[in-house]
Amino acid sequence: MNNNSVLFEEDFKIKGWDFTNAGEASLKIKNYLKEVGIAENILKRVAITSYEAEMNIVLYAKEGTINFKVTPKKVLLEVKDRGPGIEDVELAMKEGYSTATEEIRNMGFGAGMGLPNIKKNADMFVIKSEPGKGTKLNIEVYLK
Amino acid sequence: MKIKKIKEILNAELLTDDINTDVEIQAVNCADLMSDVLAFQNKGGLLITGLINIQVLRTAAITDIVAIVFVRGKIPDKAVIDEAKSKNILLLCTKLPMYEACGLLYKEGLKGISE
Repeated sequence: MNNNSVLFEEDFKIKGWDFTNAGEASLKIKNYLKEVGIAENILKRVAITSYEAEMNIVLYAKEGTINFKVTPKKVLLEVKDRGPGIEDVELAMKEGYSTATEEIRNMGFGAGMGLPNIKKNADMFVIKSEPGKGTKLNIEVYLK
Repeated sequence: MKIKKIKEILNAELLTDDINTDVEIQAVNCADLMSDVLAFQNKGGLLITGLINIQVLRTAAITDIVAIVFVRGKIPDKAVIDEAKSKNILLLCTKLPMYEACGLLYKEGLKGISE
């Protein structure tokens, strides 16, 4: 089998400020990886990166999508949102830096740990953002 | 430490009485910010928090937290309790403030997540 062949793929639509479903896409991803027997430490890293990215859509954007793919070698997440974008990506990658509102903090988020935590848990992480348009994250976690 | 013992030490009320309490807690994390919970390994652990919204449960499910203690007498609404039951996460609530709840458990030998 080709190392790049896609064994499983699913798209999730995420709505901004929808707390009824916030996190459910990432829990589905986690459960899928658990069912197919992915090692605990790996599926946990995927779950955390996915959940952080999903919560970023819910908290900051109007809407977004998570594309989840599994190949024989890795798990890939492509997370796109239609939101305000990030003015200074370098600054946003610093632990503790946050533009969160009081409302977001009351939900338990906005500590300025999300993006650095995604980077910490991913084997490959690329962020592209256009102010006024949105943000795109590419995340990869290797299976071995 | 078993949940039963934790319940006793904190003089806590069990909100999810149909979930098996025969669970061994290895370590405790304590935070009101879910972002901070996500930044640490919590496997098999207990979370002590003053936050009672649905996001606490989703964060717990993502990070393999098996039980949550709500402090300062806060009780989440029914939707949160129902979701905890469906995700097999134990919920307890105590009238104690956060510092005292943590201190009592630590004194009895329950370790933190970095130990």
